[in-house]
Amino acid sequence: MDVLTLQHLAAGNAWGAIWPELALGCLALALLALEMVLPREAHRHIPAIAILGQIAVLAALLLHFHGGHPGREIFNGLLLQTVPGQAMRVFFVVSSILVCVLARLTLARQAMPRVEFFHIVLVVSAAMMLLAQSNHFVMLFVALETVTVGFYILVSYSRQSSPTLEAGFKYLVMGALSSALLLFGIVLLYGVAGNPALPGRASSGFGYGEIANFLSANPHNFLASVGIVLVLAGVAFKIGAFPFQFWIPDVYQGAPTPVTAFLAVASKAAGFAVLLGLFHRVFFPYAWLVVPVLSLLAAATIVFGNLAALTQHNVKRLIGLSGVSHAGFLLLGVVASASSSLAVGAVYFYLFAYLLASFAVFGVMAHLAGADDSDQELEHYAGLAKDSPFLGAVLAVGLGSLAGIPPLAGFMGKFFVFVAAFQAHLYALLAIAIGGVVVSIYYYFGWIRKAFFDVPRPDGEPATRPERTPVGAAAAIALGAIALATVVLGFYQGPLGRWLSW
Amino acid sequence: MISFPDPLLISIAAPLALALAIAMGLPKRWSVRLSYAGFGIPLLCALHVWWHFRDVPKVGGYAFLHDYCTGLENIGIGLKLGVNGIAMPLFVLAGLVGFAAGIFAIRSGAERLKIYLMLLLVMQAGLMGIFASVNVFFLYFFHELALIPTFIMVGVWGGRDRTYAAMTMTVYLTLGAMLSLIGLIAIYVKSGAHSFDLIALREALGARPLGVLTQKHLFGLLLFGFGILVSLWPFHTWAPLGYGAAPSSVAMLHAGVLKKFGLYGLIQVALPLLPAGAPAWSHPLAILAVFGNVVVIGLVTMAQRDLKQMVGFSSVMHMGYAFLGLAAGSALGIGGVVLLMVAHGLSVALLFLLATCVHQRTQTLAMDEMGGLARKAPVLAAFFTAAVFAAIGLPGFANFWGELAIFVALWHYSPALTAVAVTGVVISAIYGLRAAARVLFGEPTEAFERVAAKTPIVDLLWSERIPALVLLAALLFVGFWPRSLARPIDSAVSAPSEAVAYAGR
Repeated sequence: MDVLTLQHLAAGNAWGAIWPELALGCLALALLALEMVLPREAHRHIPAIAILGQIAVLAALLLHFHGGHPGREIFNGLLLQTVPGQAMRVFFVVSSILVCVLARLTLARQAMPRVEFFHIVLVVSAAMMLLAQSNHFVMLFVALETVTVGFYILVSYSRQSSPTLEAGFKYLVMGALSSALLLFGIVLLYGVAGNPALPGRASSGFGYGEIANFLSANPHNFLASVGIVLVLAGVAFKIGAFPFQFWIPDVYQGAPTPVTAFLAVASKAAGFAVLLGLFHRVFFPYAWLVVPVLSLLAAATIVFGNLAALTQHNVKRLIGLSGVSHAGFLLLGVVASASSSLAVGAVYFYLFAYLLASFAVFGVMAHLAGADDSDQELEHYAGLAKDSPFLGAVLAVGLGSLAGIPPLAGFMGKFFVFVAAFQAHLYALLAIAIGGVVVSIYYYFGWIRKAFFDVPRPDGEPATRPERTPVGAAAAIALGAIALATVVLGFYQGPLGRWLSW
Repeated sequence: MISFPDPLLISIAAPLALALAIAMGLPKRWSVRLSYAGFGIPLLCALHVWWHFRDVPKVGGYAFLHDYCTGLENIGIGLKLGVNGIAMPLFVLAGLVGFAAGIFAIRSGAERLKIYLMLLLVMQAGLMGIFASVNVFFLYFFHELALIPTFIMVGVWGGRDRTYAAMTMTVYLTLGAMLSLIGLIAIYVKSGAHSFDLIALREALGARPLGVLTQKHLFGLLLFGFGILVSLWPFHTWAPLGYGAAPSSVAMLHAGVLKKFGLYGLIQVALPLLPAGAPAWSHPLAILAVFGNVVVIGLVTMAQRDLKQMVGFSSVMHMGYAFLGLAAGSALGIGGVVLLMVAHGLSVALLFLLATCVHQRTQTLAMDEMGGLARKAPVLAAFFTAAVFAAIGLPGFANFWGELAIFVALWHYSPALTAVAVTGVVISAIYGLRAAARVLFGEPTEAFERVAAKTPIVDLLWSERIPALVLLAALLFVGFWPRSLARPIDSAVSAPSEAVAYAGR
């Protein structure tokens, strides 16, 4: 490669355009440096620095929301900046801020190194941002692996606890398997796109645009279909869609609560951002294949998630399996996006509503968990509303929004997805989704009932319930803000609504 | 017109603002005092709307139209408020029953009164919103806003079996609400109006009606979705269970007003938008209503020993008449349904209120263990007797006109069904009068004597008399002057645009 080619390649680099990712990466490194430089007693301020730094990034992102280069390929087609990509950046920063807030609570109870946790969270969220904007299969894979490797560490972070180690091991094996499937799919697509005997041959078959050209020139190629299905399977692992959901209950239960929240929200959302990007920019010529596959996945995911969640006693498993059903509803939106203009906006709105509601619930869970983080039973919630009306209210708002009850944001998310699904004539899937919603009401209300209606038996064993953490100022602000946002987004969408329903 | 900014918005915003203030930590004394205003302002707004309805300008039959943006105007969702001749009487009903239930709740001395009042205020805001919304999305939205506090209040403040009752209500009503939501989405998508605005939908579907088969399917979906919410037999089991367990103010508001949402949705949305879909369903509906709601539930009501359960079952039974009016389908039948909705809402709320008053005095709801209450509490007895008379449809009370109109309309539809339906009047007279006789008159039972010896029986207190008086006065007012409501109803159900929809069958 001569200098001119390199210069030509470098001209496509727009470092300024990925400043949020760079800022998060620098912040992550700065945290490690601070730990070395600062005296030991000042170390407890490092998490606060991490949170404040991210809030600064978030504020800058919101101020420059329409800055950037929407619709422009940068780094020679590795990344494509889009408005939804910009929204997902905001999404990941918000979720990593909330994960850090929860981590301050959870890590305080365990003798664990602190700073590394925040470091990894920051790196992972930067990688997720890149993932949501990737426009090239190599970029996709590298970003995804960064995320996954980060999660290998985070899931098994409390290394003295055997459920956590078990979760870490399971996630490692499953993560490797899903990466392998994804990689195999990518390689098949690369190989078949490079076949000189076929029309629309791609010179380097990793870019989304080139593969899309090749696929539209060969709309019924068998090898390409296998590759597409394998790529979808790899993504389905990340979003926890049936039949690739089996790792979820154990991993969610074993992982520390903030990590469970990160997995349940950000990792799932990253999967959906990738899925939407792939579907619309690459696989669209194969809609004949992708739509039935995703429809089947959606139906099975909704049914399985809701039925499996019905019988759970451990709230971490419950929220994990209910998250599976949410993946099903989101998949319904993705399927609908093949022919409904509202669907993409609906999926993004659903993701934001899910972010707020999930973190409200996880925030309450973090306050109720004891030293053994995997031991969070439904029983522990008895009498919560009486002892702590604030946590009770936040929990009710979060669960109500997850259940999709107006006037909460979750209802609007489901509503948009249902309208989109109807526009796309997905009547059978809609009927399944309605059944799923009714079943989900049952277990979400079972949880609310525990917190509000049940009182702990007077003779009951108070010793079996872990001590609840009192609500601190930062957690109160964060939880209050997300609960309020959940309520307000339920009936007033304002500019967000205009943007989603363009 | 007096400068009254927007009575519809105020009636929704005032209780909601107070509920928010209570949630933010308003002291208890102020919460309770301001609650009078929280329930009084919607009533004043409702009366204002009723008084000025005739002389304000109307667009498409709707008065007091206001449009507020919420950010989703691109897909046709916005808070559009207004009332037409069908919505106005129900809006007034919501104001009246809400006021009565609110006053009763404030003086009830319930545990954790602040939270109870807060939830009740949210419910009140939702109820006012249902009948003030022109946008179908917000119609549904306000229904759910009122419904969620119901579940919580039944579950926390309810009586016997409250948890089971709350759970049953939640699952049944969510199913009904989801089915109707899908129906509404279907109308939105299929109409091509790109709007949930009822006026726009009517125009779009008036110009380009849907295919008959589509209308049939959508009407069926809405009928069963809304039907579950109105306790159409055999989907009624949640109602007596829930009302039996619900605290009295919640039972008053739900049975009196919120339950009418289903019928309101059918009349205001399904019938005018899907006129060709209704005839296909009118036979099954009429048969379910006559044999299920009227006869079977009527006989079940007769067998009840528990006063509150009896009132709960009787409300399921009376909904049968409303479904019959819908099945008959003529303008007279629909008008009768609207009138019956108002009348039944007032009378069932009054009955629930008085049943609680009786319960507080006798310490039991079993009618076998009561008797002779009239001697100790003559005012309560007078109110109770009047409420029973109203409920069984005696002339002079509003219920009479509603039932009469429905029976006349039904006669044109099917004389045979009318004959069966009229037996319902006899059934309700039997159980109503028998209940009054058992509770109020005759010799006091031993159990009642024991209770009376322990705590002296007091007559109806003022805090109970005022809500009861408001409801009874409204019943008599409409009973003696039905034109006050019949005229606006008539103007709505026989307006030229709707005449096509209603008279086409």
